[in-house]
Amino acid sequence: MSDARNSILTTLRRTRDAHPLTSPASDFAPIEAKQWAADERLPRIRRLMEAVHTEFLDATEADWPAVLREFLVREGVGSLMYAPATAAGKRLVEGWDAASTTLIPYDRPLEDLKPQLFESIEAGLTTTRGAIAETGSLILWPTADEPRTLSLVPHIHVAILRTDALYDTFLQAMREQGWAQAMPTNVLLVSGPSKTADIEQTLAYGVHGPKRLIVLVVHP
Amino acid sequence: MDHQPPKPTRVYYFGTCLVDLFFPDAGMAGIELLQSQGLTVVFPQGQSCCGQPAYNSGYRADALKVARAQLDLFPGDDPIVVPSGSCAGMMKKHWPDLFRGEPDEAKAVQVAARVWELTQFLVHVLDVRLTDKGEPLRVTWHASCHAQREMGVVDEPKALLRQLANVELVELKREKECCGFGGTFAVRHPEISAAMVGDKVADIEGTGAARVVSGDCGCLLNITGALEAGNKATRGQHIAQFLKERIHGR
Amino acid sequence: MDGNAPDFAAASRAALADPQLRGNFRRAMDGLMTKRAAQFADQDEWHGVRALAASVRLRALSKLPELLEKLEENCTRNGITVHWAATTDDANAIALDILHKANAKLVVKGKSMVTEEMHLNAVLEKDGIEVLESDLGEYIVQLDGTMPSHIIMPAIHLNTKQIAHLFKRKIKDAESREDAAYLTDLARRVLRAKFQAADVGMSGVNAAVAETGTLCLIENEGNGRMCTTVPPVHIAFMGLEKVVEKLEDVPPVISLLPRSATGQPITTYVNMISGPRKEGEKDGPREVHLVILDNGRSTIYADPELRDTLRCIRCGACMNHCPVYTQVGGHAYEAPYPGPIGKILVPQIEGLAKRGAMPHACTMCNACVEICPVKIPIVEIMGRLRVEAVKPGGTVKDGGAKANRTESMVWSGWAAMNASPTAYRIATVAMSRLGNVAPSSLPMLKEWTNVRTKPRFAGRTLHDLARAKGIPDV
Repeated sequence: MSDARNSILTTLRRTRDAHPLTSPASDFAPIEAKQWAADERLPRIRRLMEAVHTEFLDATEADWPAVLREFLVREGVGSLMYAPATAAGKRLVEGWDAASTTLIPYDRPLEDLKPQLFESIEAGLTTTRGAIAETGSLILWPTADEPRTLSLVPHIHVAILRTDALYDTFLQAMREQGWAQAMPTNVLLVSGPSKTADIEQTLAYGVHGPKRLIVLVVHP
Repeated sequence: MDHQPPKPTRVYYFGTCLVDLFFPDAGMAGIELLQSQGLTVVFPQGQSCCGQPAYNSGYRADALKVARAQLDLFPGDDPIVVPSGSCAGMMKKHWPDLFRGEPDEAKAVQVAARVWELTQFLVHVLDVRLTDKGEPLRVTWHASCHAQREMGVVDEPKALLRQLANVELVELKREKECCGFGGTFAVRHPEISAAMVGDKVADIEGTGAARVVSGDCGCLLNITGALEAGNKATRGQHIAQFLKERIHGR
Repeated sequence: MDGNAPDFAAASRAALADPQLRGNFRRAMDGLMTKRAAQFADQDEWHGVRALAASVRLRALSKLPELLEKLEENCTRNGITVHWAATTDDANAIALDILHKANAKLVVKGKSMVTEEMHLNAVLEKDGIEVLESDLGEYIVQLDGTMPSHIIMPAIHLNTKQIAHLFKRKIKDAESREDAAYLTDLARRVLRAKFQAADVGMSGVNAAVAETGTLCLIENEGNGRMCTTVPPVHIAFMGLEKVVEKLEDVPPVISLLPRSATGQPITTYVNMISGPRKEGEKDGPREVHLVILDNGRSTIYADPELRDTLRCIRCGACMNHCPVYTQVGGHAYEAPYPGPIGKILVPQIEGLAKRGAMPHACTMCNACVEICPVKIPIVEIMGRLRVEAVKPGGTVKDGGAKANRTESMVWSGWAAMNASPTAYRIATVAMSRLGNVAPSSLPMLKEWTNVRTKPRFAGRTLHDLARAKGIPDV
C-alpha cells in the first residue's frame, strides 16, 4: 500500500502548505505547577488509589517478604507467580516458607505458561518504577525478566512500591526518568484493579485484568 | 469584565425581530429601564433583524444582506443594547465572520464591538440598583444558550433578580441546558424539540416558581408555549418586562 | 458504504417513543455531566491544561505529514509494521491479509472506533473469522447484534435488567441475575478463555507518538492490555490525525481525556506500546502492525476551517453534554460517531448527500464547545457544513447535495423583506395584525403546536410602540 502512503502524504503536504497552520506555543506550566510536598505524595496516592479499591500493605526493606507472605496466607492465596531473575524475585524466595503460598517462577515464554497463568495462578508480583501523586498511578516498567502479563493475568496483582520514587505528575516522571530517550517495549500506568462501568454506570471491579491490586509499600 | 466602562449618556437599542412581533412590551420595558438610568435611548426605525435565522440555516449571502441593512443605523461610538443574548451574540460574535473580506468589514467589526446584551449592560456599565415594589414572588431563571456561551452572560441576570427584595430566585437543576428552541430546529425536529422543552418544563415546575424569567424571546416562545399547552400555572416573562414591573410595583 | 441515507428524524422519533431508553440516557448523561464538572472544579487548571492540550493537537496538525513520516520511521525502527489505508476497504484488506498470513481463526478486539468506521467485524465474519469484542460494553452490543450508542460507553442505552436478559439468552449457563457484579464476572469468564486462545488481538490508538514510535491506549478493564499482550499478533488501527509530536505531549491529553469522558482522574490503565516482543522477552505479541487510515481525513485536513475537526481526542464529552443526544441516544444517528462530533465528522467522511441532515440535528446551543477539552469549534463547523450542504462547489464531499429551490427562494424572500425597512414594516405590521388568524394546521405551525400554544403576535410592533412613545429614531 505504498501508493496509499505516498498519495496521503502528498495530499497532506500540499494542502497544509496551501493553508499553513500556526499553533500556539505549548505551555506546560499548568501541569508543572501541580506539586505536592514530599510527605503528601504517598498519602495522596494512597487516598486516590483506595478510592478505586486498591489495597495497601506497609513494610520495610527488612520485612517485606514476610509481610507479603502473611497477607497471602491470611487471604488464602495458594500461588504467587514472580520474576525469578529480578532482585525482588531473588529476595522473595530467600527463606520462603514452602508450606505457605506456592511460588511459581515466570521463567519461560508466555506460550508455555498460558494455561497455568490463566487458569490456576492466583497472584502475580511485580516491582514498580515509582508512582504519581496527581492521579494515584503506579509506573510499571516490564522487562525481559519481569514480563507484563504478571501484572495482567493473575486475579491478584501485588506491586512493590518504594517511597523514593514518588513523582508529582506523569509529565515529571517521564522527564526525570528520561523515557523519551529509551522507551521499552511496554510501559504502563496502573491506577487500580481492573474495573468497568459499562453496565448502567455501576462500577464493578475485576472485569478482565486483576480483580485486586495490592500495593506493597516498602518504606526506608 | 474586569473594569467598568465609562457610563454613556446615549445608547442605541436594537429590538430584534422576535421582540418586534411577539414581545414589544418587553422591548419597551428595556428602553424604559435604560431611560430610568438617565440615558437617551435611540431606536432606529430602519432596523429589522440581525440575520441569524439565515446564517444558521446555511444561507450566508441572505444573512449578509440583512445584516448589512442594519450597519448604517448605528453611527458613532455609542453602545448598542440588545434585549436578547442570541441576537447580541450574532452581532458581536458572528458579524465579523459574516463580513470577512467584504468592503464594509471594518464597519461591521466596529459595530459588533459596541454590542451589549441588556442585562450585561445594566450590570457592568450602568451598575443599576433596583428597588423592588412588588409582592413576594418565587421565580426561576432560564439562561439562554447564546447569552451564556456567546455573550458570556451567566451571573448578570441572576444578580439583577437577587437585587429584588421580595423575589425569591430558585435556580433550575439544569439551568444551562438548552430549552430545545434552536430556531429552525424546533420545526425541523419537532419531536426532539418537544422532548427537550418537556424536560425544561418539568425542571421549571420542580422549582415551584410562579414565573420563569428569561432574556431571550426564542426560548420564551418555546417555554411559555409549552407551559400554556400543558396548563401549567407558571408564566414566562422577559427579564426586561419583569424588572420594569417590579420596580413600578405591578 | 450503502447509498441509503439514514433518516435521523425517523430514528429519533422511534427513540423518543421508548421511555426506557430515554430514561437510561437522561440518567446516564446527568451523572456524567456532574462527574466531569467535579473533575474540573479548579477552573484555572481547566483553562490552563485545556489550552495546552489544544496546542498539542494543533501543533500535531500543523506538522501532520512530517509527524506521520516520523511515526512510521520510529515505529519501523521499533519493529512495528506500518500500513497505510486510503479507504476503509483498503484497511479491511490490510487486516485480512495479516490475518490470513497468521492463519487466524479467532480475533479478540479492544475498543476501536476506527474499526467501527470500517465495519471490520462484518468483513471478518464474512471471511469466516470469529471476532470477539472484549470491552464489556462492546461485548454487550455485539451479543445484542446492534452498534455502540456512545463512543466511550457503547452499551449505555441498556440498563442492567436488559443486559441480564441478554446474557441469559446468549451465554450458556448464565443465571438470570440483575446484578452488575455478577454479569461482569460472567463476561470475565467467557472472555478470558478467548484471550487465551486468540490468534490476533486488535485495538485502537488514543495517541501515537512520532518521537518514540509509541502507541498509547487507555482503558479501565484490562481487555485492551489483554488484546495487545497475549495473542501472538497485535494489529492497531488509527485515524491519521491521532499522531502527537512528542512523548511529553501525551500527559496533557491523558489528563483531559478520562476526566472529560467519564469524570475519573485517570483510567485504570495507560498502556504505552513501543514494539513487539524483543529477543529475550517472555511475553507480548511477536508481531505488531499499525494501520493508519485516511478515509476522508485528508480532505477534511485540506480545508483550513474544517481541519479543526481533526483535533478530536474522542473523549465523548460532547455527547454527554448534548441536549439532543441526551434525548434520542446514540443509535438515532445511525453512525459510528454520534452526537456533536459525529454531526461534524460523519458528514465530512461520508458526504453531504448521505449525511446532509446531520448538521441540522443541533440547536447550536454550544454546550459541546464549552466543554470540548481541545477547543474544537464544533458549532462553527456545523454552521459551515449547513452552508456546504446547500451550496455546490465547496470542499466537502457532495457539497450542494441539499440545495433546494423552494428553500432558497424562501430565504431570498426573507432577506428581501428584512433588508428593506419599508418591506419589513409592511410585513411586520401585517403579521402583527393578521398573524394570529393563521390556522395551526399550517406547515411549521403544526409541528410547533403539537406541544405548544401558537405564538401570539402582539398586535403592535416595537417599532409602533417606540414611535408612539416618541423614542428618537436617530
